[in-house]
Amino acid sequence: MSKLHITTTVNDDPAEFLTDPSTTLLDALRDNLGLTGAKEGCGSGDCGACSVMVDGRLVCACLVLAAEAEGRRIETIEGMAQGGTLHPLQQKFLEHAALQCGFCTPGLLVAAKALLAENPDPTETEVRYWLAGNLCRCTGYDKVVRAVIDAAAEMRQVRRAS
Amino acid sequence: MPELEFVAPKTAEEAVRALAAGAGKARPLAGGTDLLVQMKSGRAKPSAIVDLKRIPGMIGIREAGGAFVIGAATPGVLLGEHAALVAAWPGVVEGANLIGSTQIQGRATLAGNLCNASPAADSVPAMIAAGATCVIVGAKGRREIPVEQVATGPGQTSLAADEFVLEIKLPARPPRSADAYLRSIPRTEMDIAVVGAGVNLTLDAGGKITAARVALGAVGPTASLVPEAGAAIVGTTLDEGALDALDAAARAAARPIADKRGTVDYRIKIAGVLARRAARIAYERAGARS
Amino acid sequence: MTDILDPPKLKVVGTRPIRPDGVDKVTGRAQYGADLVMPGMLVGRIKRSAHAHAKIVSIDTKKARALAGVKAVITAEDLPNLGSEEYEAGEGGGDLRDLSLNVMARSKVLYEGHAVAAVAATSAAVAEAALDLIEIKYEVLPHVIEVEAAMAPGAPVLHANMFTQGLPEKATKPSNIARVNKLGRGNLDEGFAEADVVMSGRYTTQGVHQGYIEPHACVASFSEDGQSTVWSSSQGQFMVRTYCSKLLDLDVADIRVIPAEIGGGFGGKTTVYLEPLALALSRQAGHPVKLVMTRDEVFRATGPTSGAVMEVKLGAKNDGTITAADIVLKYQAGAFAGSPVGAGSMTAVACYNIPNVAITGYDVVTNTPKVAAYRAPGAPIAAFAIESAIDELARKLDMDPIEIRLKNGVADGMKAVYGPTYTNIGYLETVEAIKNHPHYAAPLGPNQGRGLAVGFWFNIGGESTGAVHINDDGSATVVTANPDIGGSRASMGMMAAEVLGLPVELVRPVVGDTTAIGFSGLTGGSRTTFATGMAVTRAAEKVVEDMKRRAALTWDVPVEQVAWENGAAVCLDASKDVKPLSLKAIAGRSGRTGGPISAEVSLTAQGAGPGFAVHLCDVEIDRETGHVTIVRYTAAQDVGRAIHPSYVEGQIQGGVAQGVGWALNEEYVYDADGRMENAGFLDYRVPVASDLPMIEAIMIEVPNPRHPFGAKGVGEVPIVPPLAAVANAVRGALGVRMCDLPLSPPKIRAVIDAQAG
Repeated sequence: MSKLHITTTVNDDPAEFLTDPSTTLLDALRDNLGLTGAKEGCGSGDCGACSVMVDGRLVCACLVLAAEAEGRRIETIEGMAQGGTLHPLQQKFLEHAALQCGFCTPGLLVAAKALLAENPDPTETEVRYWLAGNLCRCTGYDKVVRAVIDAAAEMRQVRRAS
Repeated sequence: MPELEFVAPKTAEEAVRALAAGAGKARPLAGGTDLLVQMKSGRAKPSAIVDLKRIPGMIGIREAGGAFVIGAATPGVLLGEHAALVAAWPGVVEGANLIGSTQIQGRATLAGNLCNASPAADSVPAMIAAGATCVIVGAKGRREIPVEQVATGPGQTSLAADEFVLEIKLPARPPRSADAYLRSIPRTEMDIAVVGAGVNLTLDAGGKITAARVALGAVGPTASLVPEAGAAIVGTTLDEGALDALDAAARAAARPIADKRGTVDYRIKIAGVLARRAARIAYERAGARS
Repeated sequence: MTDILDPPKLKVVGTRPIRPDGVDKVTGRAQYGADLVMPGMLVGRIKRSAHAHAKIVSIDTKKARALAGVKAVITAEDLPNLGSEEYEAGEGGGDLRDLSLNVMARSKVLYEGHAVAAVAATSAAVAEAALDLIEIKYEVLPHVIEVEAAMAPGAPVLHANMFTQGLPEKATKPSNIARVNKLGRGNLDEGFAEADVVMSGRYTTQGVHQGYIEPHACVASFSEDGQSTVWSSSQGQFMVRTYCSKLLDLDVADIRVIPAEIGGGFGGKTTVYLEPLALALSRQAGHPVKLVMTRDEVFRATGPTSGAVMEVKLGAKNDGTITAADIVLKYQAGAFAGSPVGAGSMTAVACYNIPNVAITGYDVVTNTPKVAAYRAPGAPIAAFAIESAIDELARKLDMDPIEIRLKNGVADGMKAVYGPTYTNIGYLETVEAIKNHPHYAAPLGPNQGRGLAVGFWFNIGGESTGAVHINDDGSATVVTANPDIGGSRASMGMMAAEVLGLPVELVRPVVGDTTAIGFSGLTGGSRTTFATGMAVTRAAEKVVEDMKRRAALTWDVPVEQVAWENGAAVCLDASKDVKPLSLKAIAGRSGRTGGPISAEVSLTAQGAGPGFAVHLCDVEIDRETGHVTIVRYTAAQDVGRAIHPSYVEGQIQGGVAQGVGWALNEEYVYDADGRMENAGFLDYRVPVASDLPMIEAIMIEVPNPRHPFGAKGVGEVPIVPPLAAVANAVRGALGVRMCDLPLSPPKIRAVIDAQAG
């Protein structure tokens, strides 16, 4: 099987890898690039554990072919904390105990960050519908939703102050 | 093991050639939210994947004279962000935006939803009600057909192996027109429609319906137009009697199957309920524009 | 046992610090089962039965073995053919032969998805191609899915050697009823004779899955000298070690199991599916082998819990005193005996002081995956029937549903039907908390209904080990052997920090592998904070004693003259002019005062206090579409003492969410051939964020004197009441009792249509 040579950007760094045409972006991130923060919970786009950003859009990495990543800009959970500092969402997830097993957490964080980029002041209902594609079986979502709303408030304050 | 080829052509002609070379085993790729799931489960075993997204014009929305042309690889999220499209065709946009999660919206397209040919496709009843057409290209050239002529049965389309959808067109519309789409699912999100209903209508200055198209999903082998349902409300102000007639016409047209998602009886009744509710929303929207 | 510390004295327990493993989990750094990569690692895949019930006539693996890149192919022939042997492992137990046959079918497949063969190859693509080359001839047999169909005369028999246990006379014909168990007291006839009102009902539930988001995954490496290492995501590394040893006939000491982070379990990872196969493949291939399930495999071949049919008859006096309960529970066990019907029977009326009770439980094998533990196994199913029936009884008596629970509720000194006499229970306090909550009196809107239900779970103790190592810089390391599913490392660290007098950030808890720490039972039965927490506390107390002893030597005073306060040894002898010696100071000099400061405590914890939960749920029904919306949910629970209140609340909220899913939408759906029709998260509908409101969790603290800090298990009981709480709320909104879960929109609409006539 002939491999494709893919050149892309992952978390602002250039990256390249060889892939089979049928390999998903999720498998390429995990197996070729060693970025195992995105998880496979279903492989069919129903759980959101593999959420990543492609060219600024939230997607399930299990439903993107690695070959499609050519020339695109990929962002993953591994790029969320900057320079040793957690993103406010990461910090609020910890403070609110918004994770139990933690398996869905990277996907939830990537999705929540995409929400706040688009809507800095979401209502509870908006948070719940935006995150409906991220299954969490442990928390009942209560603390997750609170953490996102709290992080949004903090980020608005920081933005106003700066 | 069978070889799989991946190509990302830069022109429609190249894409047609790649599809033709696959002799029925090559599959076009837009958002991939159906194709990749089918490949994973083994239902689809393509010989080649033809990524259409690098063809100029495939992603994007163009507006001219009140009509819209939507590139076939345009993901749902872009539809929702297009203020003019949302204003003109709120029902089509809400149908498209109901497909899957936010993540799916980053990828899934109207054309993909159409060509996947699921009877339960959320955007299709809304597009049928809207009178949308699609431009198809293939080895024999271009053709434009109403969207309801694409699906011929569950998973089956009228497209030849070398053809793909290039763009979806939504017509310019008279004043006091609006549409709406509703679906019924067990949860609040993430499910396949158990029933879907799209209603598109136009009012006169007095609030009387002068034209109406009603389409239903998941109650037959394909999403389809229900002319009797549209006729039931034309000439009315959507009073209770008209709604009852609409409800009855929708139920009469529903020919569902029973499956893991719903019973025959339930689907028939909900077809009526959703047609009523979608008509009310469309009517209010159109009225707000006078 | 030490006295329970008074809450005001506690500095760490009861606070809400950030969990020690948290940063790794929000940055994607934490390693779960599928994240590990080994040099030379092969990819494994499993060939599974497409039939619900069939004889295996032959398996031909020649073509698969011949495929380039295939390094190992195994079938049941490559595993020891075990005899029958009972085993016990945390929640549930069973027969080792059954476990072996579940891991890999031998001569017969008993459900769709049953493993038949496995391969290891150099890539996933090669491994999948190899599966297609394995040729299996089946003789398809009639199958049976539903529990009563399996009990019926003439049903297809799964096991020719299964004769019903627990009958008054020895069974003479094979049957799918593995066991009948009876539990009760008093005299049922007299009880019903005393009753003014009698109600009876029949209730049914479908199989549901635990639905953890992480599919099962492991890597196994078998060395040429017979030693092996397994990395896996499970609820117990010692459980994995025991089962691998038994199923492959290996010495326990030759197997090292390293726990990965676990992406949810809920009881479903208290057994093995992959690890023995990965080891057998690795042994044959001579390389490490990774096995990861797909979501489809998780649904078809692991979990779920039982579908059930239940009959309940209750008698009560006009004043609401329940005089008699006659209960029959029939639970699906899946392909092998061992449904949780026993626990269902024992918990069924555990919240009620009823004098005359008879409970009959049937454990019934069916052509479905062998059931696995699921959060309070068996209890939510029984509670759905009982709490629905109690609700109807209250309606018949025209009694407030909370009053019937108070009037008949259990309290200290009462004897439970399942045996023990209750002590230090907080049931009535928990009911009162809901009664006094504003939710209970809040007005309801149109098409809304309110449902109340209560629940009980035993909670367990059992074998645990905890170690505390004082490091020479004054920090401490805590080692346990319990995989951390929901934040237990945080509570371990907090309990140790409390005893040591250290800030919690200086105490780092880790989950050790099977060679790093003494034996411990698995994480299950809501036992970790109780039992392992007890071991950790005892170990911390031992190192404190050691440090006090060293301080006494330094000061030349008897050890009785040394106290431990705020993380320092304090001299009680006023004649000595000495400053307190901090833990850091003692640790820094440990090399000169007797060597490393460290203690490991192994114990069998007893006296786990049972958990009681009282839930209140409001629903609103769309009468046209049949949709049920949960508009408000309040859950009160006796938690003993909350070590880390946020994670206790999280357990309550998570249990509620799972219970709501069970009540409304989750179910295994089978086609006519016995194949699962909804083996994915698209059509197996677990609740999504937009399906739920905020869930108010109320922690009632009635401390457990058998635990150093008063903790009771909290993880399981919150899933017990929700099925009935939702069903009772739907009853209120609809005016009609619905007895068949899930309460999906088509069923509700059908009831509404029937009402309209």
